[in-house]
Amino acid sequence: MKRLALILMLLGGPVWSVEPSEMLADPALEERARDLSQGLRCPVCRNESIDESNAALAKELRILVRERIAAGDTDDEAVDFLVARYGEFVLLRPTTDGVNIVLWLAAPALLLIALAIGWSTIRAKRDTDEGLSETEKAELEKILRS
Amino acid sequence: MLIELGHFALILAFGIAIVQMIVPMIGAHRGNASWMAVAEPAATVQFVLTAFSFAVLTWAFVTSDFSLQLVYLNSHTDKPMIYKITGVWGNHEGSMLLWMVILTLFGACAAWFGDGLPARLRARVLSVQAAIGVAFFAFVLFTSNPFLRLEVPPLNGRDLNPLLQDPGLAFHPPFLYLGYVGLSMSFSFAIAALIEGRVDAAWGRWVRPWTLAAWMFLTVGIALGSWWAYYELGWGGFWFWDPVENASFMPWLIAAALLHSAIVVEKREALKSWTILLAIMAFGFSLLGAFIVRSGVLTSVHAFANDPERGMLILIILAVFLGGALTLFAFRAGSLESKGVFSTVSRESALILNNILLSVSCFVVFIGTIWPLVAEMLFDRTLSVGPPFFDAAFTPFMVALAIALPMGSLLAWKRGNLTRASKSLVGWLVLSVAVAALVYAMQSGNSALGPIGVALGVWVVGGAILDLWLRSGRDGVMGRLRRIGRLPRADWGKATAHIGMGVTIFGIAAMLAWQKEDIRVAQIGDRWNVGQFEFRLDDVNQLQGPNYLTTMADISVWRGTDQFGDLHPEKRFYPVANMPTTEAAILNGFVRDIYVVVGDPQDNGGWAVRVYLKPFANWIWGGAILMALGGCFSLSDRRLRVGAASAKKTTPNAVPAE
Repeated sequence: MKRLALILMLLGGPVWSVEPSEMLADPALEERARDLSQGLRCPVCRNESIDESNAALAKELRILVRERIAAGDTDDEAVDFLVARYGEFVLLRPTTDGVNIVLWLAAPALLLIALAIGWSTIRAKRDTDEGLSETEKAELEKILRS
Repeated sequence: MLIELGHFALILAFGIAIVQMIVPMIGAHRGNASWMAVAEPAATVQFVLTAFSFAVLTWAFVTSDFSLQLVYLNSHTDKPMIYKITGVWGNHEGSMLLWMVILTLFGACAAWFGDGLPARLRARVLSVQAAIGVAFFAFVLFTSNPFLRLEVPPLNGRDLNPLLQDPGLAFHPPFLYLGYVGLSMSFSFAIAALIEGRVDAAWGRWVRPWTLAAWMFLTVGIALGSWWAYYELGWGGFWFWDPVENASFMPWLIAAALLHSAIVVEKREALKSWTILLAIMAFGFSLLGAFIVRSGVLTSVHAFANDPERGMLILIILAVFLGGALTLFAFRAGSLESKGVFSTVSRESALILNNILLSVSCFVVFIGTIWPLVAEMLFDRTLSVGPPFFDAAFTPFMVALAIALPMGSLLAWKRGNLTRASKSLVGWLVLSVAVAALVYAMQSGNSALGPIGVALGVWVVGGAILDLWLRSGRDGVMGRLRRIGRLPRADWGKATAHIGMGVTIFGIAAMLAWQKEDIRVAQIGDRWNVGQFEFRLDDVNQLQGPNYLTTMADISVWRGTDQFGDLHPEKRFYPVANMPTTEAAILNGFVRDIYVVVGDPQDNGGWAVRVYLKPFANWIWGGAILMALGGCFSLSDRRLRVGAASAKKTTPNAVPAE
């Protein structure tokens, strides 16, 4: 019933990201809620977190996150609650499960490969010429003296 | 009638591009001078015709000719004149025409200023450039024709998306396209060099100004876009790791790598095949960007013209050019032998490290951008890759780059001395750490972001200044300053661009670490404090703009008893587009921005008001402007002027072996 009243209220006009009325009284809890909602994607928006989005659903999710936190959920529990309903699509930080490990490890792996190739290139190009040879030195001496 | 002339000019330019693609290439192959000479007038005429057709389209927008479908869909008689003009490229078809104007402009520039190039190389470059033109002329004419008429012209248009009715639209896309398309020149030079089978110092000198110009424009374009998002989207974010932003960032990173590796080719004749590969990839990423923006396969806040069919065509263009170029590269890269040798500790090695870091960081952006697509298509997982991923995976590369930069830029070519370089930098290192410690002690929270950003900023800026100082000889302070003033512009460009990088790093870290936010309901007359400032909501009025209704708040800002400024945040409503927008009010400052947004009226009569204090926000874009300015300095250096090579025409290096 509370949810229904909320939705009806939302139909009233264009809404706005985090509104004063949504915020929790306890600043510590509110800060946790802000941090969490910055990492959660609004399911109906183009590419925005629920913290930034103006969409009605984003507002509802912001309130939901705050309800969970106020009810004593840990951060992980609150996030899992949303993931269970909307899928991993809402996670702006992809998990490391399954094939996602490729996403996370691709760049470090490529960096190592690139460094190895770079290093071997540098070694291959190494200037082995360690200075002037004896004859060159003698010649230089002669030029300088003359 | 005029419209049809514009349309016809575009078709004619298409035809000329086809001729320019084929004839000079055959001429260069057979050594036929008159066939090669076709390229220059063709490039000029191609540009003039395309520019004419663009002017015609602009005229149609200015005079609100609603018999053109494009004008009907994107304009309105009440729209202010500036947005009628910028509205020309505020849509897919018009922006493609702008893309073509710039593409043909670059081709024409290569014809006008390419006197120093060997005739064969120039003919081949212009021919490859025309081939790119052919692909895109076909794309515009067959899938995105801006000159389609409506049988029954409507009385009025449907207006431009209100978010785009902003001065940002006047500058952001043109600069971005100058950058994207500018990279086509580097691509054309790379392909021409592969066909010739030779890359030498002269080639490095010719290709660098084009890359530098493109990179500079891209820098300005990205900075403008970020600034636009900052003030338009209503909460002061400046970078969202959105697919379309990434699309412009990837070519920027590769172009930055290319700039540095082209220096190695020019000065030391090493890293040749790698530089060619970078030139190909830079334009490849430009095309990928066009695909991402225009196909809509990746959801983005910017998406415009989401048409899978058009996306498919761009994908084909991308596949043909990138695939063709890489195949050619695979066959020819082996023949590009590098001459220069260098020791492990040298400027060359430092630039290799720079290239590795920039390229791998580009790969991070790339994989993060396409991963949702890959995961959905191959693994049936619908997921998002957002800012937290990029912050975690990308930032380390920039930190590493910033740490390495001052050291690398002090090393000598061929054989550097790490001890000497680090000895002169020790002072700066101590200073950076000391400043960071001071900042850490002064700030209220205990976040490491701010101090680290400050340390990196001081380190990079200091390194760049030290680099100039060490080049000034050993005379007294005045003598050294005089010599610094006389250093080549390229040295100034290098220092300025590196200082810009330091300033941007500092700005980003400072703003993210120390911004303050306040969200509240304010009644008219209420006062409240945020940081050292007091805010007062004086009034809220309903007003009417040229094509919108607005709710404007008057908020005064006070410091102590002095009035610091007045702010007028707005909520607008555009009736034709039926769309609300928020217009933040920003008090720009050197050390902070005060950013105020007004929201909805509340049930109890007040207004929702959000205030942000954003420390050093402008330094982010200031740094980008410095980077671009550094590019300008370098570009104006005598040694790099496109024509300057003509003096060296007679050197054996510059003339292809017959």
